[in-house]
Amino acid sequence: MAVKRIRLQKTFGLLMGLFLFFTANTQTAEDVIQKVKAKLDKVNDYEAKGKMKTNVIFIKAPIATVKVYYKKPNQLRIKNESGISFIPKGSVNINLSNIFLNTGGFDILDLGKEAGTGLHIIKLLPKDENSDVVLSTLYIDEVKSVIKKAKTTTKENGTYELEMIYDNYIDYGLADRVTFTFNTKDYKLPKGITFDYDDGSKNEAPDKLKNKKGKVEIVYSSYTINKGVPDSIFK
Amino acid sequence: MGKLLQIELFKIFKRPRTYIAFGAIAAIIFLMQIGLKFDGKAYFDLLLGNVAGSFDFSDEFKVKLLNGYLVCFYILNTLLIQMPLLVALIAGDAIAGEANMGTLRLSLTRPVSRTEYMMVKFGASVIYTLGLLIWMAVLALLGSMLIFGTNDLVVLRSGGIEIINGFDVFWRYLAAFGYATIALTVVASLAFLLSVFAENAIGPIIATMSIVIVFTILSEMNIPIYDTTIKPYLFTTHMVAWKGFFYIKANGEGTAITGSIANLPAIMRSMIILLAYIALFLGTAIWVFRKKDILS
Repeated sequence: MAVKRIRLQKTFGLLMGLFLFFTANTQTAEDVIQKVKAKLDKVNDYEAKGKMKTNVIFIKAPIATVKVYYKKPNQLRIKNESGISFIPKGSVNINLSNIFLNTGGFDILDLGKEAGTGLHIIKLLPKDENSDVVLSTLYIDEVKSVIKKAKTTTKENGTYELEMIYDNYIDYGLADRVTFTFNTKDYKLPKGITFDYDDGSKNEAPDKLKNKKGKVEIVYSSYTINKGVPDSIFK
Repeated sequence: MGKLLQIELFKIFKRPRTYIAFGAIAAIIFLMQIGLKFDGKAYFDLLLGNVAGSFDFSDEFKVKLLNGYLVCFYILNTLLIQMPLLVALIAGDAIAGEANMGTLRLSLTRPVSRTEYMMVKFGASVIYTLGLLIWMAVLALLGSMLIFGTNDLVVLRSGGIEIINGFDVFWRYLAAFGYATIALTVVASLAFLLSVFAENAIGPIIATMSIVIVFTILSEMNIPIYDTTIKPYLFTTHMVAWKGFFYIKANGEGTAITGSIANLPAIMRSMIILLAYIALFLGTAIWVFRKKDILS
């Protein structure tokens, strides 16, 4: 009798496991998006501290200590507390809620799983024709309901790419490390204005400076979530 | 020698025209500071215009950008081109002025050798140059720090932008002013050399300025044939090496390395070339003066 009960329990456990496994693997793209969005919606505002590294071919900048302020729906500010940092245009997109802001809704395309990583690839096409965002491609860890990678193509400012690493604040969908890649335009000032000293340093060839990708990486040390951020910060 | 130097310095600083240079520097710096205080943002908007498409430049960013360190860098960039004229005013007058007044022969009746006499005259010109630079440092650096505050220094080069941490800037200015002293001493020694050949101070002053202007134009021209043939040998090419202290090294990821200088050996090489010029001009001046038949 006892042996029969144990066998029955094992069979039940196995069936439950299979059920959960198939349920998890049969999530539609809409379901995945909704779960990610629900996680991000838990955050109304935050103030985060971190270190920012700028990697742009024509800029030499030290690692900066920054504070990042966010407030719903789409206010974001990166502030170098003590010094000067060149903040790329479109950096508001490092806040992932921004992806889902389109009021006209989206057409969702499910591209299945990425080979190797198993990340769910979903494309969002805004229905609103006037939207600046043309296309967003999201690489989602559907088990943890977080976006690991996002590519956003805009009408005005080219393509942005985001890569996130999560750890301590994963419950809120907030990354511990964000890498933001963006398009840069060429930089050149006439020597007649700068009166450069030719110290023999090897300068980058002018064509190398053109249309290169720039990269900004922020490593967050702490977040203060939903404690209120004054509007004056964003002015 | 010490007493003689004191007398020479007394003669320089007793003349009202000596203070024209100090007044001119104060006026130029003050006008530049006023201009940048009220319209600096527009000027730097213009300079940063071609990266404005890639970066957000908030008002707060512009206020931070326009700090005392950047204002001083901008002033030095502009003013160090005019400084040679002010230095030549005194150094060009050192021997020719005495000859013009007819006091040169009388001066040499004192029990000092001609070499000592020349060294003292040159030493007084160098002290005057140093005084001008200290005056400029006080007004341009300390004055701008007081008016505009301090922050990181953003150096705009023709091919890139360098950001130096605020705490890593001041020592670079000390080094740059030290270097500028050597650079301007070259001009002083040139004017001093030309002064030996003239009976009137105007000739050496104008000749010095003409040489500096022609050499500066050649140094700044972007004609490939001159880059390797003429430019490396012009002292004006090496006079701007003070800027090298504001060019910073970066690691493989483009992160600036605090406390670094992009190419210190190049600066040292430039400094050695300038010192060689000083030795050449001063040595020639002494050699010519020792052989010269003093008639005035």
